[in-house]
Amino acid sequence: MSDPPVRAEGLVRAFAGTPVLAGVDLVVQAGEAVVLLGPNGAGKTTLLRILALLLRPGGGRLALFGTEARAAPPALRRRIGYVGHESLCYPDLTAGENLAFYARLFDVPDATARIAELIGWAGLELAAHRPVRTYSRGMAQRLALARALLHGPDLLLLDEPFAGLDPEAVAMLQRCLGALRAAGHAIVLTTHDLERAAPVATRLAILHRGRVAWTQEGAPEPVVVAAAYQAVVAGRA
Amino acid sequence: MRRSLPPLVCATMLAALWLVFMAVPTEREMGIVQRIFYFHVASAWVAFLGFFLVAGASAVYLWNGARTADRLAEAAAEVGVLFCTLVLVTGPIWARPVWGVWWTWDPRLTMTVILWAIYASYLMLRAFGGEDEAVRRYAAVLGIIGVLDIPLIMVSVRLLRGIHPAVITRNEGGSGLVDPWMRAGLGVSALALVLLAVWLIALRMRSARLAEEVAALRREVLARGGEAA
Amino acid sequence: MRGALAILAKDLRIEWRTRESLASVFVLGVLLLVVLTVAHDPAPEAAPALAPAVLWVSFVFTGLAGIQRGFLLERENDCLAGLLTAPVDPADIYAGKLAANVVLLGATQAVVVPLTGLFLHADLWPVLPGLLAVLLLGNVGFAALATLFAAVAARTRARETLLPLLLLPLALPLLIGAVQATQAVLAGGLGAAREAVAVLVAFDVVFAVAGWLLFAYVVRD
Repeated sequence: MSDPPVRAEGLVRAFAGTPVLAGVDLVVQAGEAVVLLGPNGAGKTTLLRILALLLRPGGGRLALFGTEARAAPPALRRRIGYVGHESLCYPDLTAGENLAFYARLFDVPDATARIAELIGWAGLELAAHRPVRTYSRGMAQRLALARALLHGPDLLLLDEPFAGLDPEAVAMLQRCLGALRAAGHAIVLTTHDLERAAPVATRLAILHRGRVAWTQEGAPEPVVVAAAYQAVVAGRA
Repeated sequence: MRRSLPPLVCATMLAALWLVFMAVPTEREMGIVQRIFYFHVASAWVAFLGFFLVAGASAVYLWNGARTADRLAEAAAEVGVLFCTLVLVTGPIWARPVWGVWWTWDPRLTMTVILWAIYASYLMLRAFGGEDEAVRRYAAVLGIIGVLDIPLIMVSVRLLRGIHPAVITRNEGGSGLVDPWMRAGLGVSALALVLLAVWLIALRMRSARLAEEVAALRREVLARGGEAA
Repeated sequence: MRGALAILAKDLRIEWRTRESLASVFVLGVLLLVVLTVAHDPAPEAAPALAPAVLWVSFVFTGLAGIQRGFLLERENDCLAGLLTAPVDPADIYAGKLAANVVLLGATQAVVVPLTGLFLHADLWPVLPGLLAVLLLGNVGFAALATLFAAVAARTRARETLLPLLLLPLALPLLIGAVQATQAVLAGGLGAAREAVAVLVAFDVVFAVAGWLLFAYVVRD
């Protein structure tokens, strides 16, 4: 087996002196979908942004596809797709224009066809010529997803992707993530909403006070997870 | 080194003061007020050196993230702005009796004002840039850009001479000092102020390090307290 | 390189779509000129002498406002993260933004300069080529510094208040050079402005290169 998409050891990160990550170890193999749970302030977003090469860790090691993150060449970013809290799309441009811009940056081959394909997939055909500013939350989220998938990344990082989606969009996202995972991509996603994320997960982990406090293979019952969650947040340091 | 610095500074300062006020002869044209020149020029040299120190420390900080380098840059900027202010204060005191005006947009004065403004903006950035680590990086970038600006400032202010008539013809660089006592006065004053600056910077760096340690301890206590509760 | 062009095209397209910066620049430029002219209230013969200073002061302040907007653009929807997760060198981001700012500042000048000529009875036509050269050099130098520090200001707490504080002291040599060059050009064409133009060229080169090298340190966390 070649190098795993994510190998993180002892990741540490502080903001203005306050520690946010206090030693996170995480390995994600291709075909895995890891769901990160945790209370606010646990460091989920920070961890994801470090994996997306948006932040540098204060300590520890990170290797993506075998390459040290510190020495990451631009080409490495081509294999990563990131969906953050915000859409990462320019509000005054249309969906088509946004995707065209990112297609240029990522050097996507056959861009026009790919963009049309994704706009169709995201159900944005009718809105494709309106500025993103006019989109609903759900539409913006689908666009953000399309943007992340545009260049066909092997590793997909999603920060609370189910937030603000209607049931239909949730189902679509679940199908999409399932298909990607089955096709051998690696997925890491954070969420508050276990119910929506559970169907997708091959592994669950709870992040608390900057560490991975609990982890479980497979897709355990939500009840089990909820109990573990309570235990972690209440007692364990 | 820390032990020997204060007495050394005292000794050189006393020597400088003695030289400037006692040993050096009174300048023929300007009279007694000319004695301020020694500290004025020495301060200007220190302010200038401070700039390069800020830039050097900034470059090191960007290169390897060493916290000491960042503290040095900050301390050098604070001490630099102090001496720059001294230049801008002693200058008019000297100028008024000699030239009859408090100020003129002579190239050298203009340059000093601009230097002061750049120092000040650096300190503003540190003060109001927020708490994040990133501010140190931004300040380092500013420190480097500031030093790159210096030759451009020197060249551009010479353009001003064309428009504003020179108020007086004064010694270029303040040299052209013939009397050996005068040269000694300038040399010792410069040495005294440089040593003083080094001492102040060292003190400032130590104070910054201690402040960081206190803050870290405070955070630890609060975190422990949170866990116990 | 490709990244820089894409960013340039994107910024220009957004600017054209909203025309927010252009509108505010136009209004601000006019207001500044009016204020500066009326405050001095020069006699018609004396007015042209003011033109270089008035022109460049107006340029600096309208330019500041315009460039600031350019980076606030990237804050909305966390778009800067979008750029940083792309396989684009931060130096290319700088180059693209610099080019976009040069265009925006050029539009600013297209408004400010004719109005200055109008309000201050300065005859700009005969010296237009030389004047355009000086305007371009001043533009590029200012944009080089402003692009770098607008990124800094956008990412700090104090934001808008910080940019003028950081930029103006550093830009003083440029301002001096530009005013002197404009003065010389108005008097005797480009040849007379050789010294000042040299300062401008040096400024442009030093800070475009410095910005290009240092931008990564500003945007990469």
